[in-house]
Amino acid sequence: MSEERQEREPLFSAKNLKLVKGPINLNNPITVQVLGICSALAVTAKMKPAIVMTISVMVVLAASNVVISIMRNGIPPRIRIIVQLVVIATMVILVDQVLKAFLYDISKQLSVFVGLIITNCILMGRLEAFAMSNKPWPAFMDGIGNALGYGLILIAVSFLRELFGSGTLLGLQIVPPGFYHFGYVNNGLMILPPMALITVGVIIWVQRYYHRDLIENN
Amino acid sequence: MKALRRFLDKQKPHFEDGGKFARFHSMFDSMETLFFVPDKVTTSGAHIRDAIDMKRTMITVFIALMPALLFGMWNIGYQHFTSYGQAPGNWNMFLYGLLKMLPLIIVSYVVGLGLEIMFAQIRHHDVNEGFFVTGILIPMIVPPDIPLWQLALAVAFAVVFGKEVFGGTGMNVLNPALLARAFLFFAYPVAISGDRVWIADKADAFSGATPLGDALVGNFDHIPSFYNMFMGFIPGSNGETSTLMILIGAAVLIITGIGNWRIMLSVVVGGIVMGLLFNWWGANEYMKLPAYYHLVMGGFAFGAVFMATDPVTAAQTKKGMYYYGFLIGMIAVLIRVFNPAYPEGMMLAILLMNVFAPLIDHIVVDANIKHRLKRMKLAIK
Repeated sequence: MSEERQEREPLFSAKNLKLVKGPINLNNPITVQVLGICSALAVTAKMKPAIVMTISVMVVLAASNVVISIMRNGIPPRIRIIVQLVVIATMVILVDQVLKAFLYDISKQLSVFVGLIITNCILMGRLEAFAMSNKPWPAFMDGIGNALGYGLILIAVSFLRELFGSGTLLGLQIVPPGFYHFGYVNNGLMILPPMALITVGVIIWVQRYYHRDLIENN
Repeated sequence: MKALRRFLDKQKPHFEDGGKFARFHSMFDSMETLFFVPDKVTTSGAHIRDAIDMKRTMITVFIALMPALLFGMWNIGYQHFTSYGQAPGNWNMFLYGLLKMLPLIIVSYVVGLGLEIMFAQIRHHDVNEGFFVTGILIPMIVPPDIPLWQLALAVAFAVVFGKEVFGGTGMNVLNPALLARAFLFFAYPVAISGDRVWIADKADAFSGATPLGDALVGNFDHIPSFYNMFMGFIPGSNGETSTLMILIGAAVLIITGIGNWRIMLSVVVGGIVMGLLFNWWGANEYMKLPAYYHLVMGGFAFGAVFMATDPVTAAQTKKGMYYYGFLIGMIAVLIRVFNPAYPEGMMLAILLMNVFAPLIDHIVVDANIKHRLKRMKLAIK
């Protein structure tokens, strides 16, 4: 009975869409769960690497979520972490090779951080918490949702950092050259890693201002 | 004064609960305490109070800063007119410096107090005097020609991210005034360090670096004499040039008990010890610079007296203060001599030790507990 009903469930049911929408705001991997901070600090000085990083994480996370979800009943619980790591590592190497082949410049800018997607806490977290106990399609949606939530913060931070730090967006000059004649200077601090941390902090601050229930009371 | 009191009494009901402007109560309160002693009494808790409250502490530091501030204004004029080869008299020199400094001081206070009042309104706190000293310290430690919008940004950064996010005055980890300078230092390095810093307007004879900048690139014959640096007839930021004036301020702070002599002393000792160590090593020209020169160059004296002693961010235990100050002095000289990117080490040394101050206190308290436990065990035996 119940199996029949589940099969009839539409692909984009409210439940499945919630898997995508949740991580974008109220369950955001960076600002609420505080995962994957390291790469958020490292690749956000410019927008282009941030966008490429977002897409890479999305591909890796969605694909490994699906693979693990398919294998979930065959993985012995005691070695599940190793299996998850092998799956992630495979996906990361694939993405890395594709980037090297088609986007060599950006792959150089991202340098080791594509390889370090393997250690991104978001991936292990989602595989362990979601893919291990859900069907492939919801796992896929969950992967897309979390990568979107991650990417949204990455792109927002890199937008601010590139605009104020270099005066450009995606490499295009945004601040009018006339401003520099009147003594405007790009903010060198925005390029440095500490400002990424502070920017993420400000985003968390704003988010908690609008969603009071996210504030822990201690 | 009476008329003012009557005016304030008349306006007061509007700002109390239920009045027209009840939302702006904290702003009214801050204006009232500016002129009169508040009529508030303690309603609960401890009833024993010291006569020294935050307002008196702040005003004492303010007075202690005055000699350095006024001398600095004169010095700006002195540097300017000397570069033109003129000598228009001391009053004109002072006036010139005053006009240079006034915009900085106004911007610093307007931006800083504006943000403080805004946060107080949102959080329903009272506005306090926390920004009073910071607001004058910031213009004193930046170059006098710093673009005003950069200064405003730095003050905003320091107040919001240095103080308000931690919960306001008394809760901050880092010294807000130094944080403002650090912001400028990293965000707009051209305007605040290196050889393009403003020294005097035309300044062919003076163009180039402050003594610290000269020392860093090896122009040791450019360094002024010890006497000139002690008296402060050297180019630099407003507050830091004259060690003599800073010493007068230090005396005020120590006599009134506001500033802590332990920290000041140990910073100086730390600087001298590190300087002597370098003298003994003597691997390059900078290391051979006499150790006592470090005390009068750059912001060392100013930092030791007015920045390191900030009661909120310094170590709190007596033993901890010695460690804290000593390390500040050592690290400041270390950065000066060793790091080619940072001519002045005092700011970074103090900020670094601000972060470590709670840890130092923790270690000192912990050691004391262990010490006493041991004594107790011996007594029981």
